[in-house]
Amino acid sequence: MSAARQETLENRPVFDVEAVRRDFPVLHQEVHDKPLAYLDNAASAQHPVQVIEAIAEYYRRDHANVHRGVHQLSQRATAAFEGAREKVQRFINAASEREVVFTRGTTEAINLVAQSWGRANVGPGDEIVITHLEHHANIVPWQMLCEQTGAKLRVIPMTEAGEIDLEAAGEIIGPATRLLAFTHVSNALGTISPVAELVRLARAVGALVLLDGAQGVPHMRVDVQALDCDFYTFSGHKMFAPTGIGVLWGREELLRAMPPWQGGGDMILAVSFEKTTYNELPWKFEAGTPHIAGGIGLGAAVDYLERLDIDAAGAWEHELLEHGTAVLGGIEGLRIIGTSPHKAAVISFVLDGVHPHDIGTIVDHAGVAIRTGHHCAMPVMDFYGVPATARASFAFYNTKAEIDRLAAALQHAREVFA
Amino acid sequence: MDLADLYRDVIIDHNRNPRNFRKIPPPCQHAEGLNPLCGDKLQVYLKLDADNRIEDLSFEGSGCAISVASASLMTEALRGRTRAEAEELFEHIHAMLTGREEPDVATIGKLAALAGVREYPTRVKCASLCWHTAHSALGEGETVSTE
Repeated sequence: MSAARQETLENRPVFDVEAVRRDFPVLHQEVHDKPLAYLDNAASAQHPVQVIEAIAEYYRRDHANVHRGVHQLSQRATAAFEGAREKVQRFINAASEREVVFTRGTTEAINLVAQSWGRANVGPGDEIVITHLEHHANIVPWQMLCEQTGAKLRVIPMTEAGEIDLEAAGEIIGPATRLLAFTHVSNALGTISPVAELVRLARAVGALVLLDGAQGVPHMRVDVQALDCDFYTFSGHKMFAPTGIGVLWGREELLRAMPPWQGGGDMILAVSFEKTTYNELPWKFEAGTPHIAGGIGLGAAVDYLERLDIDAAGAWEHELLEHGTAVLGGIEGLRIIGTSPHKAAVISFVLDGVHPHDIGTIVDHAGVAIRTGHHCAMPVMDFYGVPATARASFAFYNTKAEIDRLAAALQHAREVFA
Repeated sequence: MDLADLYRDVIIDHNRNPRNFRKIPPPCQHAEGLNPLCGDKLQVYLKLDADNRIEDLSFEGSGCAISVASASLMTEALRGRTRAEAEELFEHIHAMLTGREEPDVATIGKLAALAGVREYPTRVKCASLCWHTAHSALGEGETVSTE
């Protein structure tokens, strides 16, 4: 049984949030003389001591370049780095570790697909389909590809509740669609996309599917084979691992057929001035010395999540979401933006008469960290006619008491501006 | 640092009732200010008289309390000043917001209320955007951005 679960008398698993919090050193500090309540997890999550120690231990004992040296340290570094890849492979249920390409993050993973697969397979008359809910990272790479190839970018509209409009999707996804790229979970609103329905629409017209999983992996069990997509992208730092490391998962036959994106060391088998033979998957897409410590940290984060019992953690997050929706929704003048019944633990909101940036500063004074701004999703802000929102995003280490403190701070904000 | 040092009464008041919040019909000088980080967008309009004195000055746009109050206070402070006097005040405000000068009520009057933002590095741009925009309106009138 996992350390983070206890059995009650009714034999129902209860998530022991206090035990989990002890694993996260950063949570135990004061900000403006108040205990920190970190509710900005959708921007970047914090690290358990197990991840911090894995990275520190690598730097203390094992650091050397990977895939090169015959010496002991290089072998250790390689084993740890490639071991992390296998952990990720099992974690997302990829068919093989050859399908797991390390990138700097979700953004780089999407750019890799756009530039490698896209430039080889997309041309004039073709269409790339995205949705109105996307993060800029899943908009701009496709705009760039369309500019380069003469393809057309089409956007599936969203509904007032903050969901992808499936009816419209059925009309937009058609014979010209080469790729459908959409977010697994909206970073700005928390909406969970209807993946199965959208994949079915894409499959019906022979289009590929890329999922932006930056907000998916931290909140739910992800099985790339069950999702039945072709590419899945995510970032380490949203799932309790370091910044600067992320993953592109792709179906092996697709990755195999794709040309390399960046050239350099590590992505080659043999180089002469006449001809270069590229390396096998996944290293074909990993030019240059990788973020070794980041990969190892990501592997440690996977270990942590596996031990944690991700289902129990997900259930706790859902409880936090329900509590937060009730408590924040009860504040006069507060409007929750994004009201889908299918949501991850993210609450975006605006407060009458108080600009989100003033909210951010005032709640910071109460020790509560939230994000304010456009969340790199300006089209979503335009849809709701707001320049920005405030966003509280929860991880499994958050508590209901922290949400209550956010609510009290918001009441105070109302008083300051009354 | 007390929150009340940032959100002083004068700031709350000018945010709630911004002065000179309107467009000046052309001909006038105009510039746009953008703060991409916040999504703040500001228009500053001004009219110079024959002596190069600011005869009218106004703004429009949306933003946080600091940016709205700063713009509102600015429109009051700059009216009647010559271009050179306006630039001089701009320098003082800029120096105060970036911590190079202490707020001096004798020189800058009510604008000293903005001094609280110095303790909030991420909010300094909120207060300075309108001043950069006015500076631009006095000159070429291009769009200015805090990025």
